[in-house]
Formats: sequence, C-alpha cells, structure tokens
Amino acid sequence: MVPFAGFDMPVMYSGVKSEHLQVRGAVGLFDVSHMGEVRVTGPRAEDALMRLLSNAIKRIGDGQAQYNAMCNPAGGVVDDVFVYRLGREDFLICVNASNRDKDFAWMVENNPHPDGATFVDEGDDWAQVAIQGPNGVDVTAALTDIDVRSMRRHTLVSGTFAGVVGCIVARTGYTGEDGFEIFIPAAEAADTWPKIIAAGAEWGILPIGLGARDTLRLEAGNVLYGHEIDDEISPLQANLGWIIKLRKPGGFIGSDAIDARRATDSQRVVHLMVTGKRIPREGMNVVDANGAVVGRVTSGTKGPSADCGIAMALVDNELAQTGNTLIIDVRGRQAEARVIEGAFHKQPQDRS
Amino acid sequence: MKFPENLLYTSHDEWVLRDGDVITVGISDFAQDALGELVHIEMPEVGDTFDAEDMICEVESVKAVAEVYAPCSGEVVAINDALEDAAENVNTAPYDSWLFKLRIGDDAPLAALMSAEAYAAKVADS
Repeated sequence: MVPFAGFDMPVMYSGVKSEHLQVRGAVGLFDVSHMGEVRVTGPRAEDALMRLLSNAIKRIGDGQAQYNAMCNPAGGVVDDVFVYRLGREDFLICVNASNRDKDFAWMVENNPHPDGATFVDEGDDWAQVAIQGPNGVDVTAALTDIDVRSMRRHTLVSGTFAGVVGCIVARTGYTGEDGFEIFIPAAEAADTWPKIIAAGAEWGILPIGLGARDTLRLEAGNVLYGHEIDDEISPLQANLGWIIKLRKPGGFIGSDAIDARRATDSQRVVHLMVTGKRIPREGMNVVDANGAVVGRVTSGTKGPSADCGIAMALVDNELAQTGNTLIIDVRGRQAEARVIEGAFHKQPQDRS
Repeated sequence: MKFPENLLYTSHDEWVLRDGDVITVGISDFAQDALGELVHIEMPEVGDTFDAEDMICEVESVKAVAEVYAPCSGEVVAINDALEDAAENVNTAPYDSWLFKLRIGDDAPLAALMSAEAYAAKVADS
C-alpha cells in the first residue's frame, strides 16, 4: 500500500503483469474512490462549464459523458476531467485525486455565473469502482437491472447497483478496454466490493492495483496529469486537440493562449516503443545521436501486452514524426525507441 | 524464505556458487522478494572484467532498479540468456536463475562471503 492523495492505495494485489493481462483478457476490478467529484447545478451550470472547460459541453445531452481539459489563462492544464451530464442543470465532474482541492478552488474562483451555477465538492460523498475488460459488461450486467449491454460508450444511467440505490453507472474507463465506472454513495460502498468479486468469479475477476492501472493506461496512450499534462504544458502538445474547441462561442479560459502557443511551443508528446529489452522510465532524457538532450520521458514502463518498453515522451517537434528513431538514455545506456502512430493498444470497438 | 546451505552469500544479497575458479552468481530469495516482480535484467557482456564490488549488472522490477555487484574480481564467462525474455523466473526460482558466471582472479576474497546460516541471521536483523 502507498499513500496517495490522502488515500492508502494498493500498488498491486497479485502482480502487476498478471493483473494487467487479466484486464486485457477478461475483467478486473479497480477501487478508484480516490478520484474527486464536483457537482455543478443551476440554470447557468452549462454556461459556466462552457467557459471553464475546453470541450463542447453543449453538445452532450442527459446521460452522456465527455472528456475535457480545464485550462489556465497561460494555456496550461489545471486538470483533465470527465463531465457527466445527469440533467439539463446538473453535472458531475470527475477530477484527479491529486488535484481535487486545486480544481474545486479554481472552479469556484473562476465561475463566470456565481448566481446561476453552484459548485459543490462531493468528493467525500462518492466511492468509485471501475470494472474493466472485455467481460466487464457481463459482470456489470449481473449486478444491476440497468440494461448495460445497450449502453453506448461514454453514456451513463442512474440506478441501483449491487443493491445500492442512487448509483451512477457509466460506460467509461481509462484502461483502453470496454468497461464501466460506477459512482456509489460512499456510506454504502464497502459492501459492494465482495459482491462484485463474487459476481465476477465466473470470469476470474481480480482486484487491480495502481501499478496495472498505469501500465494499462500507458499502453492505451491515455495521458496522466503530472506526466504528459500539467500547469505548463499546452493540451495541444499532449495531442488533446480533439477535446480543445478553440472556436466555440466566447472561447474558454486559456483558449487564446492555447491558440497562440501553436506557433511557439517547440515540443510535443510522442508515443514510443523501445527496440530491445531496456525499459524507459519517467524523467529519463531523450537524446540525439550526439548525445544532446532533445526531450524527456514523461511516462515509461514495460508494457505487459506490448512485451517491450513503451513510453510517452515530450520531444522536439522536428523529431516527433511517426517512424522516427529516438534514443533514450537509460541510466547511461542507450535504448532505441521508435515513434509510433497513436498508442500501442487500440481501444476495441464497442460491443453494443 | 529459503537460503540453500550449499551457497555463499554477499552483504549485497547475491548468492555465489563456486566451482573451481568459476563462480555462478544470482540474487537471493530475500532480494527478489524485496524487489518484487522483475521485468528486466541488464546483463554484462561475456569477456567484461570487473573488480570486486564493481556494479556488474542491474535487475529492474516493477518498482525499483537494483545493482548487482561483483563478489570478487574476475571475467564474465557466461550470462544467463534465458532470463532475457523471462526475468520473472528470478522471482519464482531465484537459485535456479543464475545471472552470470565469473572466472575469478587470483586474489578473490571469497572467504568474506557469508554462510547460509550467517546470511539468514543478517536478513532476520534487517
């Protein structure tokens, strides 16, 4: 167990590799109760989020979820968040645990419509589990009357889960697999864990720790706050252009700076696969043939499915083309790495 | 935790098996347990020479990188290639999964190594 954002978190239960492969091949269960939640309600809630967040919040309807960046005026990222629209004037925002206090303060301080949009920190009110993997839908279906099989990706339904009323079941996830994330009222959450384990026994469900959560997201190319994105890095540098709507009416906090920085930011995030057996780790330098530093590894590991070293790295733009070979300095030894298009692991198509 | 009687142990948690002037070196059950799941071993090359206490290879787990030191001076005469794709074998069978073999120099201070009993006592104290 390790302390993380005020929670004691399991790095692993049975082993990072076995847990990882279980999620890719069948189904795994994650306790992600450390994630923060902010509730936004009121007649101007949507307008407030349009200004605070980067994506087209107005394009999602009730029961839909959307990935967003919350940016600062300099074009850096305060946090990356998932927005769940519960109703026309009711949104739940899932934020990174380590940013919970910062995010809530930011939202309240920068709320453009304090008279019509109310922000409440509900982080202590919700527990959260993730059931991820190709059999995640089977396990989830066994625990609720909600017709989860007909839910599309990035949708949510409120209802009873594992006997607990008032849960939110969302077809979302961070692992690169199909699956569900379920918000459970915290007071009743502890009893749901053994129920999920029992319901998933048929598919060999395993509890999955932070270690495999990281290798899974890294293979899937999902950015992690504090690594590929932070208060300084522009979301466009981290390939998040698909959630950055620079032309939306009125813009959003940071949109002008993000636009301007397109001409000046000299580095961007690439996905790398290592040739050979060495393992890239966060903080290692990316160097050119003469040993000059041209970037740094932002996340690195041995991908259990990739079966080789994989990484994301922030490198000079001119070296970021797919197919380029870069060199990572692994404690004084060289590891050759190839820039790959997208991530190592592609999200399977929805089965619904 | 097992510490076979026929092996000798270093203060850095390597095990050593001597056969004439060649020693076989691995890491102890205690070391593999402390490191956790191994994912990579950075081997020396056959023909490399080392002095006693030189860093000779690295073992990398999901949570840490540990250095393996030469128990005495010598020349690498073999490395365990089988571990290149199966570093985790060191976790499951630390005493079958040797890392490298060293032809030892004349002044090899093998007497400084610990017996299984002495090593077990050291581990128990740590």
